[in-house]
Amino acid sequence: MAQAAIELIGINKSFGAVRANRDINLEIARGTIHGIVGENGAGKSTLMSILYGFYQADSGEIRVGGKPASIKTPNDAIALGIGMVHQHFMLVDNFSVLENIILGAESDALLKRSIAKARSELERLEREYGLEVDPDAIIEELPVGLQQRVEILKALYRGAEILILDEPTGVLTPAEADHLFRILKQLKEQGKTVVLITHKLREIMAITDTVSVMRQGTMVATRETKKTTVEELAELMVGRRVLLRVEKGEAEAGAVKLAVKNLTVKDSRGVTMVDDISFDIRAGEIVGIAGVAGNGQSELLEAISGIRRAVSGSVTLDGKPIDLTGAADPGELRDRGLAHVPEDRHHVGLVLAFEENENSILGYHDDPRYLKGPFLNVDAIISDAKDKIEKYDIRPGNPRLKTANFSGGNQQKIVLAREIEQDPGVLIVGQPTRGVDVGAIEFIHKRLIAMRDQGKAVLVVSVELDEIRSLSDRILVMFAGRIVGERGPEATEGELGLLMAGVEQEAAA
Amino acid sequence: MSTPYAKLPAWADYGLIPLINLSVAFIVAGFVVLLVGENPFRAAVILVEGAFGKGTGIAFTLFYATTFIFTGLSVAVAAHCGLFNIGTEGQAYIAGLGIAIVCLSFDSVLPWWLTFPLAIVAAAVVGALWALIPAYLQARRGSHIVITTIMFNFIAASIMVYLLVGPLKPAASQAPQTRNFFAGAELPKLNWIIELFGAKIRSAPLNVTFLLALVMAFLVWLLIWRTKLGYEMRTYGHSPKAARYAGISETRIIITAMMISGALAGMMALNPVMGDQHNVAIDFVSGAGFVGIAVALMGRLHPVGIVLAAILFGMLYQGGAELAFEMPAISRDMIVIIQGLVILFAGALEHMFRPYIQALFASFSPRSVGMEAVKGKGA
Ligand SMILES: Nc1ncnc2c1ncn2[C@@H]1O[C@H](COP(=O)(O)OP(=O)(O)OP(=O)(O)O)[C@@H](O)[C@H]1O
Ligand SMILES: [Mg+2]
Repeated sequence: MAQAAIELIGINKSFGAVRANRDINLEIARGTIHGIVGENGAGKSTLMSILYGFYQADSGEIRVGGKPASIKTPNDAIALGIGMVHQHFMLVDNFSVLENIILGAESDALLKRSIAKARSELERLEREYGLEVDPDAIIEELPVGLQQRVEILKALYRGAEILILDEPTGVLTPAEADHLFRILKQLKEQGKTVVLITHKLREIMAITDTVSVMRQGTMVATRETKKTTVEELAELMVGRRVLLRVEKGEAEAGAVKLAVKNLTVKDSRGVTMVDDISFDIRAGEIVGIAGVAGNGQSELLEAISGIRRAVSGSVTLDGKPIDLTGAADPGELRDRGLAHVPEDRHHVGLVLAFEENENSILGYHDDPRYLKGPFLNVDAIISDAKDKIEKYDIRPGNPRLKTANFSGGNQQKIVLAREIEQDPGVLIVGQPTRGVDVGAIEFIHKRLIAMRDQGKAVLVVSVELDEIRSLSDRILVMFAGRIVGERGPEATEGELGLLMAGVEQEAAA
Repeated sequence: MSTPYAKLPAWADYGLIPLINLSVAFIVAGFVVLLVGENPFRAAVILVEGAFGKGTGIAFTLFYATTFIFTGLSVAVAAHCGLFNIGTEGQAYIAGLGIAIVCLSFDSVLPWWLTFPLAIVAAAVVGALWALIPAYLQARRGSHIVITTIMFNFIAASIMVYLLVGPLKPAASQAPQTRNFFAGAELPKLNWIIELFGAKIRSAPLNVTFLLALVMAFLVWLLIWRTKLGYEMRTYGHSPKAARYAGISETRIIITAMMISGALAGMMALNPVMGDQHNVAIDFVSGAGFVGIAVALMGRLHPVGIVLAAILFGMLYQGGAELAFEMPAISRDMIVIIQGLVILFAGALEHMFRPYIQALFASFSPRSVGMEAVKGKGA
């Protein structure tokens, strides 16, 4: 093996009672792409945060390029040539690309000279790594994929030799993800070292040289990617065999629960996002909506769940119309048995600053079970939250913990537990498993299928084709605000991919 | 997400940091005192003794604190709902009108214990209504509440000036104020409580509104953390999108929170008007609304913190007055500077020393320090 770029030796880190990292040993070879996988809460982000100086390890040693390093702050990490791209970008939205890149690394008292210098340096980086972005574009006007590129440029501009990416593809469209991988390969060819955290095992197989698996704070295995399989990795992560595709029987579709007719929705800028869409969902079936992000799926979900006003059309729930013009009250729809797991759990589905138990009643806080007159029935709320924690194996199992302290997958379980346990007749779910590990995906899929088998109507919107294909009884493909095709679950990926790209294929169907 | 702040142990977060901030404020203030040629240590002694040394001082300190508890609570209730109510000043001022109407009508017929509840209701209602208009404009028209509440401070001031030099002024009087109330609108003093502890009191304005303020502090705690309404307010305050998702009406929650905030601001007027001056005079609020912002920030928007911060500011007011009297080189303006420094360090620069304290804690025991900001990402 080539010389190690980074060695982590005996790293330990606890948060109160939670041992996020235990005795971690890891060696990452220079000039390779190294993947890290593991369940939600396994301690991946914590480990990388220690390497980047956000956290301090309780004990253990870090060596960079063979020399022991003391990394107390991100500045120390940057000085050692370590750069990090966070899942949530740390860019100033109304600054230009160039301004963001030099921010904090201004080389001269006069901004003008710094900028001129940065511009030529940036041009060199862009040429070298194929990272084209317009240096004068304003960040908020760029799509996420390009914003991420700016984050990478920022790290390279600061002289990063080692680049850490924490779940970089969660927010990207498949095309953007492909482009990112080309960039990472380019970086590798230039001798840089890349550490990639992801939940998508396919990405690991496609791009990494070696892969390490974490489980409950420990490093359980490191493999050469060529010599392992998706199944083996999944099993190592969870500690048991995982069904990558949950078994399900035939759907027994009953009466129409939710009927959407000629629905048209505009976004806040007045652009038509949902264009004259009609479809039904019946009791006892899962309907999946496939499509590349940004083709109107979000607006469709918001309109049906009463969060966004529709321009025209109608939606009926159990045969009775939903008021779409006055923007129906989501609370009233909940009372009528429509539950909604929103795509954006951080800002919509949860209040991160709340305790877990407070989030487990969000939207159902009117329910007399949780109230005593105008007061919250705190005891009832907490015992109810405890039940859900147990049933959904939410970790750590403390209903008084601040929601922000739960890992992504566990946050998703909090939302799902809340919505499913209300026993709704219709469940609409946006991106059910975004940022969720394979074990939890299996669990969530099983739950959704159990809902279906109890005769509920389930609508799933996801950008993950695998997920759509393994869950849905019927698949609708959305493109540019319209439904461009309907297929059965046996549809091939290629077929759906073409539809998602807007290529008409009626003849082939 | 900016610099991630360490999660410090609670005692450091709520005790040590405010203490350090305060100390720095006083050290800087000490230099200012030195600059005008006085001895800062003697000044400090006079300030603290003036506020807490004698019974009369304590009573004055608590009298001022009463005012600041109301305005601090008012700011905090709005802030929990994500609203910055800068209109506390005007809401308190205009509430004087409600109190004036009740007191002038009933002070010769009813005893104080009947006038008082009526006046509480009048003050709360008028304050709430004055907050209603900016709230409505924010909820329905999107006019920013910071701007509208500031404008409403000016409107309130103009209306009160007009009324106090016109309709509300007794015909023969030269002063821009109502006639003095009769005994039926004078609130009993609480000085006897302090006298219980053996202190002597000459005359001080501490009155039953102090108890009302403490009751309100408890009710605000109950409201924010134990009622459905408070839950909805906090949800909206943290994330308007989550509130929309949860079926919480934006219009209703903004208006409700602002009216409660306005009602608390309005009740502040009871303290000087019925407890001390026994009339409604021009400019009787004199900046207490703005002090309320500092008190709420310093008290971390929690009623217990607000009561403590209000007492601190009461001390600065009372001890400061004493200081200006004892040290001629220190004028009233100097006292304002000291108060300003406290607001600066304890409010605006709250986080200035935090990273250093975090680093200190981290080097002693890395275990104790977790991080606030990064984990929110669920990454
Ligand atoms: N600041 C914190 N305070 C308390 N607990 C924390 C904190 N940060 C992380 N944890 C806990 O430490 C454990 C590891 O978290 P970490 O974020 O590293 O997991 P992860 O492997 O990145 O998970 P995911 O795949 O969901 O992103 C979890 O149990 C989490 O709840
Ligand atoms: Mg993570």
